[in-house]
Amino acid sequence: MIEFNAIYVIVVRELKKFVRERSRFISAIARPLIWLFLIGSGMSGLVSPWMGVSYMQFIFPGIIGMTILFSSIFSSISIIWDKEFGFMKEILVAPVSRVSIVTGKALSGTVISSIQAAVIFALFPLLGIRIGLQAALEVITICVLLSFCMSSLGIVIATFYESFESFSVIMNFIVMPMFFLSGAMYPVKMLPEILRVVTVLNPFTYGIDALKHAVLGDAAVSDFSISLDMGVLIAASIIFIVTAGGMFERKK
Amino acid sequence: MSVIRVENLIKRFGHITAVDDISFKVEEGTIFGFLGPNGAGKTTTINILCTLLAPTSGRAFINGYDCTRESSEVRRSIGIVFQDTTLDRDLTAYENLMFHAYLYSVKKDVMKQRIEDALHFVGLYDRRDDLVKRFSGGMKRRLEVARGLIHRPKVLFLDEPTLGLDPQSRMNLWEFIVDLPRKHNVTVFMTTHYMEEAEVCDRIAIIDSGKIITMGTPDELKKTVGGDVIYIRTTDNKRARAEIERLFHVVVSEKDNELFLTSLKGDTCIPEIIRTIGETVLSVRLQRPTLNDVFLRMTGKEIRGEDVSDSDTIREAVRSYRRKFDRV
Repeated sequence: MIEFNAIYVIVVRELKKFVRERSRFISAIARPLIWLFLIGSGMSGLVSPWMGVSYMQFIFPGIIGMTILFSSIFSSISIIWDKEFGFMKEILVAPVSRVSIVTGKALSGTVISSIQAAVIFALFPLLGIRIGLQAALEVITICVLLSFCMSSLGIVIATFYESFESFSVIMNFIVMPMFFLSGAMYPVKMLPEILRVVTVLNPFTYGIDALKHAVLGDAAVSDFSISLDMGVLIAASIIFIVTAGGMFERKK
Repeated sequence: MSVIRVENLIKRFGHITAVDDISFKVEEGTIFGFLGPNGAGKTTTINILCTLLAPTSGRAFINGYDCTRESSEVRRSIGIVFQDTTLDRDLTAYENLMFHAYLYSVKKDVMKQRIEDALHFVGLYDRRDDLVKRFSGGMKRRLEVARGLIHRPKVLFLDEPTLGLDPQSRMNLWEFIVDLPRKHNVTVFMTTHYMEEAEVCDRIAIIDSGKIITMGTPDELKKTVGGDVIYIRTTDNKRARAEIERLFHVVVSEKDNELFLTSLKGDTCIPEIIRTIGETVLSVRLQRPTLNDVFLRMTGKEIRGEDVSDSDTIREAVRSYRRKFDRV
């Protein structure tokens, strides 16, 4: 049922294209940097240090999460490109199970966005954050899991759309709200009740929260326990990847 | 052995019947042409045979496998060149073929050799490391043919392989296609709406509005419209006419100072006529019926230049239905 050859070659293809398109990598890295340094330094004058953490430090896990969210969703949404340019047909007529195709796509998104997240994460000394080896490994683990979860979600989203035009819809109505309602830029506790409900239902929230645990230590800035965070991420990943596989399988 | 077997296949999109109860068989090692105007149901049939679409009813078998229930085995048995290119423009020619080889689990030890052979076959070996986006339409189509052969399929589907190509690339591609059964031991199933292209097929099915209206070898089909017409000019039409009618027991007519007669075997008939009335002959020409004549006779319309609006509407309806329902 799972063809490793196919998964391997799908990942290799995405990586080759990723390496060839340097501009994509640069803009993927530039976006979080702009947010971190422009919004971070702009806002830090307004926001006093909270629980012993400066605003820039507070949003740092959120910015790592943002890198993952954007690049995972982008990576999966390339499925829409593949459909438009016809390449998807080449994959669909191959003797390969839909589960393998979806897994291959999800893993390519995972690898690409984990690399980008690691680049952003490597900036921690600039922000005056101290992180030991164990915490660093925790951060990387969370990044990989969150990347997989978001890439799988991206595939589910991509199966609903047929053309490029849907791109801005996805950005404005899915990606941006997910980002702002995740506690990445402000603590979830500060949101009005109704938005807080949405935040709790947003799987991305738990990724951000887990990153806060790992990056900032168990300071009071996190909202949930790390075990809840990891549990939700694993459960959401399984649900998304199975849904994605199921949606690919449909044939009339 | 029939490598493709289709039995009472029907496919409906909403209230439109794109494929209307068709049945046919294709023998191994032959080139089978599916000929018909746009919107006749050719691509829909291919998509069903390629396991991309499920039929509304009826059955299809490829290499003995059921297209609905044994899709994995069917997919392993076929190679496909779709109407629109399905290459990755951002990969090189070699990488596109390598991607394909991995998807079809081609063994590592033969992979490189097969890719190189395929590239040589279509004359793109020297361009193997170029990105596909720099290729012309004809090169892309050739590369797709090469890709379709990498996993040694039993059947190669070509959906309008020469559509959108200039005459030279078209000729060039044809040279590869006619060699396929012999050189690659593959059965070719192709669709086209160019009558002249269908001539090279071993067998042809003419399809219109989802139905197969006739089937046979190109010669058989052409015979159904009444055979060849031989036109003769002589120095003495009256005598020649009497002579031919007496010897061949046929009716000879005259028009514009030229005699003409129909014959099922025009090519062998001409030498006999010349032997009989040799000295008086000024010129001889042979007009053979074309597949277009066959189509005209069967449907009462030209395959091209017909009122396209009808078939275009159907085509558009089918396309939008596909967009809506087959999401992947």
